Amino acid sequence: MTPGQRRWIFLAGMAGLAAFYLWGLAGLPGFGNYPGPYGDILNRIAVGQTRATGVVSAINFEYRGFDTVGEEFILFVAATGVATVLRHLRGEREGAASDEAVGRDLPPTSEAVKMVALLLTGPAVVMGWYLAAHAQTSPSGGFQGGVVLATAFILVYLAGQYLTFRRVSPVDVTDAVEALGAGGFAAVGIAAVAMGLPYLTNFLPLGTTPGAVTSSGTIVLISLFVGVEVAAAFVLIVVELLDQTLLLREESR
Amino acid sequence: MNGSHVVAVVTPHEVTPGLMDALQVTILVLVALGATAVVLTRVPARQAIVLSVYGLLLAILFLAFQAPDVTLSELTVGAVALPILLLLALAKIRSREK
Repeated sequence: MTPGQRRWIFLAGMAGLAAFYLWGLAGLPGFGNYPGPYGDILNRIAVGQTRATGVVSAINFEYRGFDTVGEEFILFVAATGVATVLRHLRGEREGAASDEAVGRDLPPTSEAVKMVALLLTGPAVVMGWYLAAHAQTSPSGGFQGGVVLATAFILVYLAGQYLTFRRVSPVDVTDAVEALGAGGFAAVGIAAVAMGLPYLTNFLPLGTTPGAVTSSGTIVLISLFVGVEVAAAFVLIVVELLDQTLLLREESR
Repeated sequence: MNGSHVVAVVTPHEVTPGLMDALQVTILVLVALGATAVVLTRVPARQAIVLSVYGLLLAILFLAFQAPDVTLSELTVGAVALPILLLLALAKIRSREK
């Protein structure tokens, strides 16, 4: 096929795509128009029903809590998959890393990066827990909090403290914590079943003040479990990847 | 964005619809430019950094469209987690290539 022919096929395909795309766009509701009833209904009843002012979290961990359990386990399985694949390779002796080349020093981490990373580690831990613990009050939640929490561990690594990083996130413990987080979420649902209620029913006292930290029953509990799970899953993936990349470096020192 | 909203944002300090529209259009254009920049960056390591900046732009976009929860998710995943994983994967590939 000549480049000319290829270009014509591309142009014909593009024209078709553009036509369908514009047709689809023309059928969209107007900007800012929300056609479905669910959002409006939830906006009206969610705070009264759950005492959570973070309505998005109320939806995630309560109204569609079952979907979120599924999503939770997607991440769990993904992290497990990464760990399985990389651990299988760990024992193998790979070809020398480029960093290992004779006579070549590792590029040292700059003092500025180390300093900033150290300064941010504490705030990242606080921020992560804050986000995970305030799903019911404000826009936040276990998922975001978990990733921020995991960032704290990565900052320790960025600060040039690889050995400290490994000490604060040993693989066995990270594995267990991840399972605890994922299992905790599922267990909250099963606890409801044990009490004769439907799966994931909010069985804890909701509190009286909407938006108080102690309000909303299981929503904040689930958020904390999700935070722990996400943080551990993310740390685990990073540990496994770093393990492979840096094992050789460590030895060469 | 046609200015038909009476109030674009319900906050103690009301933002006039025109101002909100201008902000939203500006950030939409920036996101489009950012996405193009990601595609045009051909060095993978550099691309991960540009992707992180793009994630930050996208987070601001979601904030401008009044979705603070999505903003947080995009900030953590798009601007931090994804670029870190990409860089780690690149480091791993590089160490194996030689």
